[in-house]
Amino acid sequence: MNSVFVYCEIEDGHVAEVSQELMTKGRSLANELKCKLEAIVIGHQLDGIEEQIFPYGVDIVHVADDKRLYPYSTLPHTSIIVKLFEEQKPQIALMGASSIGRDLGPRVSSALHSGLTADCTSLVIGDHLDKKQNKNYENLLYQIRPAFGGNIIATIINPDCRPQMATVREGVMKKEILDPKYKGKVVKLDVAKYVSDADFLVEILERHMEKSKVNMKAAPIVVAGGYGMGSKENFQLLFDLAEVLGGEVGASRAAVDAGYAEHERQIGQTGVTVRPKLYIACGISGQIQHRAGMEESAQIIAINTDPEAPINAVADYVINGDVATIIPKMIKYYKQNTK
Amino acid sequence: MRAYKIIVLAKQVPDTRNVGKDAMKADGTINRAALPAIFNPEDLNALEQALRIKDTFPGSTVTILTMGPGRAAEIIREAMFRGADGGILLTDRAFAGSDTLATSYAISQALKKVKDFDIVIAGRQAIDGDTAQVGPQVAEKLGLPQVTYVEEIQKIENGKVEMKRRLERGVETVSCPVPLVLTVNGSAPDCRARNAKLIMKYKHAKTVTELQNSNEDYLHLYNDRPYLNIPEWTVNDIEVDHAELGLSGSPTKVKTVENVVLQAKEAKVITSADSDINDLMRELIESHTIG
Repeated sequence: MNSVFVYCEIEDGHVAEVSQELMTKGRSLANELKCKLEAIVIGHQLDGIEEQIFPYGVDIVHVADDKRLYPYSTLPHTSIIVKLFEEQKPQIALMGASSIGRDLGPRVSSALHSGLTADCTSLVIGDHLDKKQNKNYENLLYQIRPAFGGNIIATIINPDCRPQMATVREGVMKKEILDPKYKGKVVKLDVAKYVSDADFLVEILERHMEKSKVNMKAAPIVVAGGYGMGSKENFQLLFDLAEVLGGEVGASRAAVDAGYAEHERQIGQTGVTVRPKLYIACGISGQIQHRAGMEESAQIIAINTDPEAPINAVADYVINGDVATIIPKMIKYYKQNTK
Repeated sequence: MRAYKIIVLAKQVPDTRNVGKDAMKADGTINRAALPAIFNPEDLNALEQALRIKDTFPGSTVTILTMGPGRAAEIIREAMFRGADGGILLTDRAFAGSDTLATSYAISQALKKVKDFDIVIAGRQAIDGDTAQVGPQVAEKLGLPQVTYVEEIQKIENGKVEMKRRLERGVETVSCPVPLVLTVNGSAPDCRARNAKLIMKYKHAKTVTELQNSNEDYLHLYNDRPYLNIPEWTVNDIEVDHAELGLSGSPTKVKTVENVVLQAKEAKVITSADSDINDLMRELIESHTIG
């Protein structure tokens, strides 16, 4: 049975969070399909990297180690994956929907003529009956994502082409160590056989990577604002509340597009997925793409002037009213009644 | 100083950011006619980068390539009003139902027909699909290097383009020789506004199909001023394997589409009165949700 593959992103010698999450998901898909889970790591100075990978239940890790392979660059990484996939013929290949995976995935899928679905919010195994051909496909990967402005949820399948490729945002899947002592096999790739000089046309002249200042995924409380906040200045209210409660500030895509908040604060299908103890949605209408990134929060408060806002349907508390008058009241009560 | 031939890949998209209540039909399907069709926002950022190259390197040309229904000629005119030299509309029923791979195949075959270009610039992604796949897939099909998430083209020297990329956790400056495909991020500068003189010059620009339905008094214009003719290409104008187009050329299939139906939770609805807010805060503190 052909394997499930996960492409592992590397930053500073560490397997990226999103890749750990995908290995967890990959393991459960592989169990269901009764096949192996394999990982591919491409970079430099990767000795011992498998120690970070096997615990997720990876059976085989393919390692391509060469100083020209770090930092990530599109062409050499594509060449290695394309050739490896041609040899190994995975049935499923998963990548992070990160600036790496969304650059690499489409190029690989084009070279292999295989289908790719971006930003999936759920991956499930299922069957498909093609009524026209009266052909039944078993154990396909259902790639589920909101589409068309969040008004619909589409289930996408790749009946005939392999691998079935999907990208998933960080935070959408949960990461979970399967067994700290799980032992797989390391296969070192002979890099020279996979890349050519033409793969190094693009030269990286400078690179500044920062650890994200915003850590919404770990925040127990998220105060998020939408387009309804009206201005960047009004967003300051959310920072005030977040600071008092010990939380982080998030934003809907509409608010980010309008320039009210930085991109890294965006919550939803094309942003971050959060599961805090408390989510306070302020002036957010709550399109499905947004809800996809927050609806698993333990408690949700929606503050909105529109009693019909879709966000209210997932909320535990709905406050009908103006954010600008409500938040100061919340801050005041909190300060007076806690130490 | 050399001049560059630049192709901008652009798409006319339904404005999914402003979906009103009439955008959904009674049966739950999307009423596309109710959604305004707009120039995909990041394609406008791409156009601006192209126009800046033209500013710096006189004699450079900017040509829009768009695939879509006849109506998509609107965005070619829009780009001409802002400084593009012209455009090509790729339109045919055979393209209907294309996923990103079949789309990139059709576009790359059209680019092979254009043949003579140095830089292909596209927006990072279109707002109706948000996939960000067509740019890289076109690059792969043409065998060209790709640079995605470009925020600024910093310089072009000795046939090499130097550009700044905006990534999730930082920035990167890369250099790549022409020809190449690059995709521009929404954080790049906004596109310049329409220019009044260019509007006057190009307002009658039309495709052959549009011309057939237009006022005959103007027909002489199109012989006198060839730049008013917007080329319209169908599958017969480009070299294609028909099996690679449309639904048959798309490895991904839509199995099901579900309308989003909200199963409302039992929410506690309160007002903004002090007593309501205080009760809520007390409840949250007592349950250790906050504090």
